Amino acid sequence: MATSTTKPLTGGEPPRPSPGTSGGDAPRRRGALWHRLDIKGAPYAFVAPFFIIFAAFSFYPLIYTSWISLHDVELATLDVMEWVAFDNYVELWGDSRFWNALQNTITIGVISTVPQLLMALGMAHLLNYRMRASLFFRVASLVPYATSVAAAALVFTMIFERDFGMINWALGSVGIDPVDWEADKWPAQIAISTIVIWRWTGYNALLYLAAMQAIPADRYEAASLDGATRWQQFIHVTVPGIRSTIVFTIVLSTIGATQLFGEPLIFGQGPNGVTGGADNQYQTLGLLLYEEGWKNYQMGRSATVAWAMFMLLVLVFVVQRVVKRLRSRTS
Amino acid sequence: MTTQSLPARTDAPARTPAVRASGRGGRRLLRQRAGRQHHAGPLAYVLLAIMAILSIFPLYWTMVAASTDNTRVSQTPPPFLPGPNLFSNLARAWDEAAMGKAMINSLIVAGVIALSTVLFATLAGFAFAKLRFKGRNALLMLVIGTMMVPPQLAVVPLFMMMADLGWSQQLPAVIFPTLVSAVGVFFMRQYLTEALPDELVEAGRVDGAHSLRIFFSIVLPIARPAMAVLFMITFVHAWNDFFWPFVVLDMTNPTVPVALTQLSAGYVRDQSLIMAGALLGTLPLLAMFIVFGRQIVSGIMAGAVKG
Repeated sequence: MATSTTKPLTGGEPPRPSPGTSGGDAPRRRGALWHRLDIKGAPYAFVAPFFIIFAAFSFYPLIYTSWISLHDVELATLDVMEWVAFDNYVELWGDSRFWNALQNTITIGVISTVPQLLMALGMAHLLNYRMRASLFFRVASLVPYATSVAAAALVFTMIFERDFGMINWALGSVGIDPVDWEADKWPAQIAISTIVIWRWTGYNALLYLAAMQAIPADRYEAASLDGATRWQQFIHVTVPGIRSTIVFTIVLSTIGATQLFGEPLIFGQGPNGVTGGADNQYQTLGLLLYEEGWKNYQMGRSATVAWAMFMLLVLVFVVQRVVKRLRSRTS
Repeated sequence: MTTQSLPARTDAPARTPAVRASGRGGRRLLRQRAGRQHHAGPLAYVLLAIMAILSIFPLYWTMVAASTDNTRVSQTPPPFLPGPNLFSNLARAWDEAAMGKAMINSLIVAGVIALSTVLFATLAGFAFAKLRFKGRNALLMLVIGTMMVPPQLAVVPLFMMMADLGWSQQLPAVIFPTLVSAVGVFFMRQYLTEALPDELVEAGRVDGAHSLRIFFSIVLPIARPAMAVLFMITFVHAWNDFFWPFVVLDMTNPTVPVALTQLSAGYVRDQSLIMAGALLGTLPLLAMFIVFGRQIVSGIMAGAVKG
């Protein structure tokens, strides 16, 4: 054991300072014991608060979610749990609202993530130029990040308003008929995605920018000696150089997309919000989870939706892994 | 550059090639490294200006809508210049829409969460960066793994726990689950690995200081810039956090985002009031970004590069 390395400090004696000892080396021995305890124990004490709080308020509830999903639990009587085995899962599987929410979560996820990350890449490239006022542009790109989901969604709800919204007014001025951004499925999903894109593009751009600045300059030099244009340098030097950051942002955005809740809720303006529109046209899994638990009072079914969301996330990463492996095999 | 205040990972690899280049006598190469590629042309400025406008415009328009009366907001074309009613609308939002109470609640919630996150993240980050103990790498991987678990999945049991504890509709229900953050631990570890010399910790040991003493008198002064950045970023997240507060709090005791949802839920929508509330709830963070923008930008960038 690693203890043996510190043993010489206490002279090989069992570390048990008896309170009655009045010998001259007792305080020293006690000090040595204290020192050894400190060296061995302090690191664990320092990391303990994180793990204790995480275990109590994240890990335990996460596991407990799966247990609840096997029961019928009503919101009004939380301590009465009736065992129903996999009934909730069977019902969810046969519930068209679930498949609708799953579909909406995926489509909104794609519409919001792909343009967001592509725009962030371009924005980071621009911010990476040497220029005046670079700090202004960087802080400006973070302003949406400082805005809460709630505030952002409220503003965009007004901008996308059917009768007096700014977007329809701008469309009308170039001769396009007004769009009903809330009631029609695809316009609603595009509007909700716009909120997500607005809030997160600048943040992702800064992550990319940080990675771009760590790319050694001689790679660009070598590429331009080979006659690569700026576009080719971007594709063959910049993008591979920040690959791990791109993967990281894809992971973060994917997790965010599966959890989407606030944007569609507020876009649906309160009463309709939880159902994701009159025809559930933009209800996400996050909204369905809330509707089952806190509007229909079925906590067991709500937990089932949560577990389904988790499985969706796992599935996405498994698919991503497989695709990556297949691609590296073919190339 | 802006990363100066945080000598974390981002800068480290960038420096070595430049030194090597100058050793080879490539002065032009060195200058280009320092300049990071090319100077921006007019097109880059135009594109960036458009992006800056798109980023800022929704907030500008929030202010415009919050400063006019309700009928003016609903006209076409919509107003583009501020009206005279800004302060009366803000005052109405503060009183009528519970925004006053919500702001104080959010201040408490975000302040406590940010303080505790910074303290525990610095403690754990120091241990992971500079102390040797069994299972260190495994535990660090566990910390990183927890970043991948979305908190939303745990709301049902968490809600039941809070009911048991008698914390439903109360601020501790929002505060306790977010007292620590995996991202924070990782961020402080990255920073202290670079910024805290091993010799300083060793010197403290030789002087007979115990670990907690070393933490307070050696680690904390060095960690301070990163702690400040982590505080601000955590504060922003806690202030804006939506899902869990929305589930567990109600209108008698809301945080800012929860109060804002209620503003929009009324059947008669008072647009100016809604926008005044949204503006009020965003102002503290905006002020923080204007004053500490440089630090926040560099903090986000310093936390960015990871394997």
